[in-house]
Amino acid sequence: MFIANTKEDRQAMLAKIGAKDIKELLAQIPSQFLYPALDLPRALTEAELTAHVHELAAKNKPLKNFIGAGMYEHFIPAAVPALSSRGEFLTAYTPYQAEASQGTLQTIYEFQSCMCALLNMDVATASHYDGATAMTEAALAACRITGRSEIVISQLLHPHYKEVLKTYTRHAGVSIAEAQATHEGTLDLNALKKQLSDKTACFILQTPNFVGSLEDAQAISAVVHNAGALLVSVVNPISLGVVQTPGEYDADFAVCEGQPLGNPVSFGGPGLGIMTAKKAYVRQLPGRMVGIAKDKDGRRAFVLTLQAREQHIRREKASSNICSNEALCALNAVIYLTLLGPQGLKEVAQLNLERAHQLAEKINGVKGFSVNTKMPFFNEFVVTCSVPAKQVIEKLADKNIAAGYDLGQLCPQMKNCLLVCATEMRTEKDLQAYADALRGI
Amino acid sequence: MKEILKQELSIEKSRPGRRGVRFEKTQKHAADYLPGNLLRKDTPRLPELSEFDTVRHFTKLSQQNYSLDAQFYPLGSCTMKYNPKAYDTLSVLPNFAAAHPFAPESAVQGTLELAYNLQELLKEVTGLAAFTLQPAAGAHGELTGILTARAYHDAHNGQNRTEVIVPDTAHGTNPATANMAGYTVVNIKSASNGCVDKVALKAALCEKTAVVMLTVPNTVGLFEPEIKEIAEMVHSVGALLYMDGANFNALIGLAKPADFGVDIMHLNLHKTFAAPHGGGGPGSGPVGAAKHVSPFLPHPIVSCVNGKYTLADNRPESTNRMKAFYGNMAVVIRGYCYLRQFDAQTLKEIAENAILNANYVRACLKGKFNAFFDRNCMHECVLTPPDPHATGVHTSDIAKRLLDYGFYAPTIYFPLIVPEALMVEPTETENKDMLDAFVAAMEQIYDEIQTDPQIVKEAPHDQPVKRIDEVSAARNPNLRW
Repeated sequence: MFIANTKEDRQAMLAKIGAKDIKELLAQIPSQFLYPALDLPRALTEAELTAHVHELAAKNKPLKNFIGAGMYEHFIPAAVPALSSRGEFLTAYTPYQAEASQGTLQTIYEFQSCMCALLNMDVATASHYDGATAMTEAALAACRITGRSEIVISQLLHPHYKEVLKTYTRHAGVSIAEAQATHEGTLDLNALKKQLSDKTACFILQTPNFVGSLEDAQAISAVVHNAGALLVSVVNPISLGVVQTPGEYDADFAVCEGQPLGNPVSFGGPGLGIMTAKKAYVRQLPGRMVGIAKDKDGRRAFVLTLQAREQHIRREKASSNICSNEALCALNAVIYLTLLGPQGLKEVAQLNLERAHQLAEKINGVKGFSVNTKMPFFNEFVVTCSVPAKQVIEKLADKNIAAGYDLGQLCPQMKNCLLVCATEMRTEKDLQAYADALRGI
Repeated sequence: MKEILKQELSIEKSRPGRRGVRFEKTQKHAADYLPGNLLRKDTPRLPELSEFDTVRHFTKLSQQNYSLDAQFYPLGSCTMKYNPKAYDTLSVLPNFAAAHPFAPESAVQGTLELAYNLQELLKEVTGLAAFTLQPAAGAHGELTGILTARAYHDAHNGQNRTEVIVPDTAHGTNPATANMAGYTVVNIKSASNGCVDKVALKAALCEKTAVVMLTVPNTVGLFEPEIKEIAEMVHSVGALLYMDGANFNALIGLAKPADFGVDIMHLNLHKTFAAPHGGGGPGSGPVGAAKHVSPFLPHPIVSCVNGKYTLADNRPESTNRMKAFYGNMAVVIRGYCYLRQFDAQTLKEIAENAILNANYVRACLKGKFNAFFDRNCMHECVLTPPDPHATGVHTSDIAKRLLDYGFYAPTIYFPLIVPEALMVEPTETENKDMLDAFVAAMEQIYDEIQTDPQIVKEAPHDQPVKRIDEVSAARNPNLRW
């Protein structure tokens, strides 16, 4: 069973300690609190537990998924979980004793390197909780770097990311302003210009934005830098197989939700917060980083480095309270990218692009539905429906299809708008089934 | 082993044209769908390896690691305990792994029911009134908890409360968290017995105090015997008592924090419950609150209305969202499995074994590595080495030498109040045989310190690399290829 000490073991141990019984060791706990009544269910055996959890899982209804909105279903090669679930990775601790943790440390170094290559940025951390917290911590770093206290965000930033930013900044003496979008579904550059001032620490851009459109990041970057502010870019990592990278448009920080890289959707968690930056800001980054060092014999070795930024050294003066990373998810991501290589990455990105555009074309052919997105998009776009999107979602769920994200929940004027996504996981047959289901409404 | 096969980086093994996975051919190119100015210009410098190359590369890397499956981790405060393998399988069942956070709630009732059930179980083991499963880690839970306290004070005309009191034994995350929540940190010294100094606490408490953060049992492995009085002192000035539940594996089944007067606490599902550490994460840090504070916990909380589970909650005073979506569900599933596999009696035995194991190691090493506080401890003990001024051998050397004996090192130089600290937490899942082996290794190292200190100071000798010059990495950081 779970506890391996036998009765004899316990007696021998108590004798060595010099205690009569276990209760003597618990004398520190005031007796009024000791051994409270606990109303817990009967203990299940492993077999019973397995059956019970399978029953719960069966209460989820698997739907053909056309929802993205920040979490994307992609193909995960079998080698990814096969390798990352090895006990040597799965049950290791944070690599504080570097000499006995070279495996984990090297994978993190390779992860950082792959992220820098993918996003075209100088440095990357070992990862954060998720895209939203990585973005927030990047924005806070921008405030520290510029000494300014206003963060401007795009109206088309993911709604959860906006909420997390507000939560984290509410008591940090930082204000948030929003730059409006045009009716085309991209940022209004003139609105952004007006919003920026000498108080602006950074502008947070998301591209593709929440409604799927790709922004003119180059032009936005110039405007932001003209105002003396920094650019924090939130991207989709798979899109970077084909789409312009943050490094190419001179982003100061580039972050993303790394889940699409080899990690399941899993109801939104765990996520993988990817944080990259220009080299100049490396000492302002929160969280862990792995670097190369030498051992006593002059051999290459990997260690956690630049720890003077972190909470266990700096306590209340640390750049963040974070004291973990999503190491296992980062491992999935680096294995995924190692399997794909540059060519595989380009292929999967092109396939997303193609499937989404094929779906858009099919939807445009259905009476009562039209693609609203006029700007270039990657794997996600907006559909205007003749009936409320909520209704479309309900009807398609009956046909085992998850139709998309109801934009009406964000603003009532968009109640007929559906955010639809097609990744490489959706076959041409799936796309046809989607269009047919819409026709049936 | 002869070094013909070097441990190379994946990029050093890369050869143009090799690849591990291919995708269907598309009918058109990216340039047919997107304007030229939006296209990526360069080719990212990612490794080009076959699937077999990749498998061998990462398998070899895994073998360069110590891990709990193979080694004992006496890592104080980190609770490196065994996690049943069944949970690994159950946490990634296809219907859970594929559940989309924005799917219709009717399609994710299983996920929501499981989360709801875990909330209920956590309420029962802590005595608190409500739990949110949203935080992604312990430190994230702390921030959630302190922001919850802040929302509570804001709603009770407590905007003038600007201070958070933290004992000097606290984890670094406590003061860092209070600072992130916009509070001023007031550090208080511990008493000579390692517990809260009530005089110092009383002097620090005032109408400006928002929260007192306590780790129970504390980081020197001791329970606060006067916890009830401390809670009363905290409440008497209108402040809230926050309990850092990082060490709750020593208390589960033995005591309920709500009974001592705890207002808010976080739990680490990856420590007290059942999730492997994964080399640094992901974890999960649910936060619980007593009734008067629970309206301020961040949304979402899963509720059950007419037999249907839902995330739609009506708590207008709630602290806002802490991360995107709804929590680290794959870790939540493991926590739930744990509380269904062990009943109240077993949980009590688990906590008792954590305490028994720590005291046994402490007793065995007495006279060689003495406990800084020489009395019965809870689930961990803080040991000290023979006088480093006399021997020239420091705690860091002992830690490295332990690696040669096939053990991971204890947590070292923490808590800060103990010089040269070696913080040992055997955890509940180790047996006496393993503890005896660890004690034997420590005794041998003790002898080496007397007879051959150089072998300790130059350790490790048997690891993939020798002692690393960590300072060299920070001077000119090389963080990528």
